[in-house]
Amino acid sequence: MNDILQGMARAARLVVTLDADLVEITALSLQVSLGAAVIASAIGLPLGAWLAINRFPARRVVIAVLNALMGLPPVVVGLIVYVLFSRSGPLGALGLLFTPTVMVIAQVIIITPIVASVSHQAIRELWADYHDLLISLKANRLQRIVTLLWDGRRALMTASLAGFGRGVGEVGAIMIVGGNIDHATRVLTTAIALETGKGAFDMALALGFVLIGLAISVNLALHFLSRTERGSRW
Amino acid sequence: MVSGMIVLEGVELRRGGRVIVGPVSLTLGAEGITMVMGPNGAGKTTLLRALHGLERLSSGQIRWAGNGNALRERQAFVFQTPVLMRRSALDSIAYPLRLRGVKRAEARERAAACAEQVGLRVNLKKEVSDLSGGEKQKMAMARALILEPALLFLDEPSANLDGRSTREIEEILNRIRAGGTRIVMSTHDIGQARRLADDVVFLHDGKLAEQGPSAAFFDAPQSSQAQAYLKGDIVL
Repeated sequence: MNDILQGMARAARLVVTLDADLVEITALSLQVSLGAAVIASAIGLPLGAWLAINRFPARRVVIAVLNALMGLPPVVVGLIVYVLFSRSGPLGALGLLFTPTVMVIAQVIIITPIVASVSHQAIRELWADYHDLLISLKANRLQRIVTLLWDGRRALMTASLAGFGRGVGEVGAIMIVGGNIDHATRVLTTAIALETGKGAFDMALALGFVLIGLAISVNLALHFLSRTERGSRW
Repeated sequence: MVSGMIVLEGVELRRGGRVIVGPVSLTLGAEGITMVMGPNGAGKTTLLRALHGLERLSSGQIRWAGNGNALRERQAFVFQTPVLMRRSALDSIAYPLRLRGVKRAEARERAAACAEQVGLRVNLKKEVSDLSGGEKQKMAMARALILEPALLFLDEPSANLDGRSTREIEEILNRIRAGGTRIVMSTHDIGQARRLADDVVFLHDGKLAEQGPSAAFFDAPQSSQAQAYLKGDIVL
């Protein structure tokens, strides 16, 4: 209990004094996971919508695989990306290992199935509601997807935020591909793992509280920006 | 003889091996209000949807003769349960115009005028889900009317509405009929059918039991099913 209180006090002090190291690793956390969430949304949202309104033979299989990929273990993804980008790997020549770029790549792989799967679910329900109207009004395929994405934007934002949440709290993959290098690839989760290993629980807890605060702030900021909770809507 | 016609020839719709409608052969004139009547499950909704092109015919064909072709190009459909878009009432009504490339400001202006025409007098900025039942139905009417269809389908437009809303809807229908719009609608309400219909198509168990001008149909129905239905017996 004492550790937790000390951790909160330390977290407050770090935040109030805008500790330079804290700001740096928090900014990198935000940059990597937001970047990954944006890229994953650009891929996953249209993919989810497309899967919802198209019928093709392997559709069920694709959706089942997508749902299974939601549970992809980050450590394994990290390992595979590591092997691909290591000096002797097929993409080694790019020299991206232990850089924020490869951290984003690993997280995109982890997040995209979540975004696609959640958005597929939301769009499918909307499509069931809209189907007759859109056919009756002779909306073409592109118009249908645009309408569904726009009218489903609240649910889709939740899909993107779920992806961001998974990314920002993930430690397995970015630890392996980023290497937790101070002033280069250290983010909140890898720093917490490091501090805990050193036995510096108050520092680890302080970083933990900052991480939780960060996740909540990003969610709130997006909800306010998009005015999801306005008026009488639930 | 009227100049344009919709001709159904042996139209049949089967779903999962079961015949929902048909075979039905009938001819619809180019003017007035046709009332599709019949007990639950008679195939009223399916027939309207087939005419609108929402259902694939299992066999038979629908021909659009003469002015019928003009009707075919400009149709609209008001569903029994209004499709509620996740948008404001104004943007829902403007949506068909937006699909056809009308600029947002102009589309909204015309949507507001159309809402006024159907007597939808609420704050149009409201989300459609916040409207009352009658208001939702009028929103759906306005959305169907905004493209000025030549042929309007309505599937039980006043089911679940109270007397006042029903009367308002009927006034709108009479007005657009007078404006030259061809109307094909279904109803359960025999009183409403008497008030509005020019001619009646009576379906029973997916088959055409009777068709004729409304005066003849209501005064002297020929088929035993229609006689029983109009008398208020339960027709199975």
